[in-house]
Amino acid sequence: MECSFALTGKDYVLVAADTTSARSIIKMKVDEDKIKTLSPHLLMAYSGEPGDTVQFAEYIERNIRLYHIRNLYPLRPQSAASWIRRALAESLRSRQSYTVNLLVGGFDTADKTPHLYWIDYLGTMATVPFAAHGYGSYFASSLLDRYHNPDGTLEEGLDALRRAIDETAKRLVVSPGKYTVKVVDKDGVRVIDL
Amino acid sequence: MNSFATKFSPTDADIELRRAQEIAEEEGMSDVMWGSEAGFGNLVNGHAFNIPSVPDPSSFLRLHTDDHADPNCKIKIQHGTTTLAFRFQGGVIVAVDSRATAGSYIASGTVKKVIEINPYLLGTMAGGAADCQYWETYLGIQCRLHELRNKERISVAAASKYLSNLVYGYKGMGLSMGTMICGWDKTGPAVFYVDSDGTRLKGDLFSVGSGSTFAYGVLDQGYRWDLTDAEAQELGRRSIYAAGHRDAFSGNTCNLYHVKEDGWKFIGNYDITKMHYDGPGEVAGAPGGGYGYDVRTQGRFSALAPTVPA
Repeated sequence: MECSFALTGKDYVLVAADTTSARSIIKMKVDEDKIKTLSPHLLMAYSGEPGDTVQFAEYIERNIRLYHIRNLYPLRPQSAASWIRRALAESLRSRQSYTVNLLVGGFDTADKTPHLYWIDYLGTMATVPFAAHGYGSYFASSLLDRYHNPDGTLEEGLDALRRAIDETAKRLVVSPGKYTVKVVDKDGVRVIDL
Repeated sequence: MNSFATKFSPTDADIELRRAQEIAEEEGMSDVMWGSEAGFGNLVNGHAFNIPSVPDPSSFLRLHTDDHADPNCKIKIQHGTTTLAFRFQGGVIVAVDSRATAGSYIASGTVKKVIEINPYLLGTMAGGAADCQYWETYLGIQCRLHELRNKERISVAAASKYLSNLVYGYKGMGLSMGTMICGWDKTGPAVFYVDSDGTRLKGDLFSVGSGSTFAYGVLDQGYRWDLTDAEAQELGRRSIYAAGHRDAFSGNTCNLYHVKEDGWKFIGNYDITKMHYDGPGEVAGAPGGGYGYDVRTQGRFSALAPTVPA
């Protein structure tokens, strides 16, 4: 089942999402990247209804890009998350809504702070130090309550993330095999091999 | 001459055409249903479909077509299928079965489940036969228009995205299709999986339909990127055989296509029962002999053969 995790640390945000695309009991693809880079310092992990996810993510991606082109500077993470939440909330009140859950992580280059937002398909948004979506969240939330360090180094953050992923692999019946992990900090976005 | 007058005064041809249209309308059908518009006349001036005149047409449709909820429903949509496509060093292999079922009834054993969109593009058919056939033919029209407008063939990525955006627009309205769009473009061989949820995935290997698990079992184990043409064709055939044998809703025959740089080529039609007992015949890559387990293992036992008392 789909799982995504994210956590903040000292001046960075880590975002991880599983790489499987499933249809009923079959894995159709095992190397799908479900984390979009919205702007140089902004990441979004998406999961939910097949079809909706990619359509919504591409809509967000293009509009954030359009803002960047028009204004020559990107939207700050706070504003971006807020705009994304509003897009979901407006969709929810239409005939056909996007059933998409998101983790938005970004680094604000203006005041040099990492930001993480947990957003669900109902348009709920929460500012959080760490977050998870899917069945993995039942293991990861308690685990990260115990092991997360808000001013930890990147290595500490990766250790906590590894714990969350390993625990999910150990206890969840239908656990995903592989994850993409991305980090965003003052230098921008990087892919990390766990 | 007075071009303005001639432009607006009806010519003989105009009058004749109008008369023909009037006759057609009286009979309840327009002439676009025949001729070169091939049933797509209703799309020329935007989409127009007849829908049931009830408040919620899609739930009405579901009520009358959903086999699982109500086995006595009046309209049975063709569902069972096995289709597969994979990319390898020598191009793309597309293989499908040919059985159409309506409930437990085998409605046909000679269905063409590969839709030839154009000489470089193939689409496969799983789910609603009509939905796949109609929309993939429509996709063919749009691909041709792209070619005429841009003096360049459409990429497989663009064609598949066109289809996925199109079906996404109808999400929740009862479309049912699971298709692979396969072809060769500037980037080389390409396979995309597109379904009526709006999912679109790029990949090397896909199988769709009720028999897909059986096909995957053989396909995944036999797949390598550097398969030869003959090996790849044999793998496609063998996988469809496996699904046709194990899945009640797949079977009859296997249709095999190979896409290369110069477009697709139909390789052949193979009877699944024949493949079981005798193998596919004299074709490249075939090991000789039947594919069937009993046929393949004849005369070999896991346990010692029972001794016959003297």
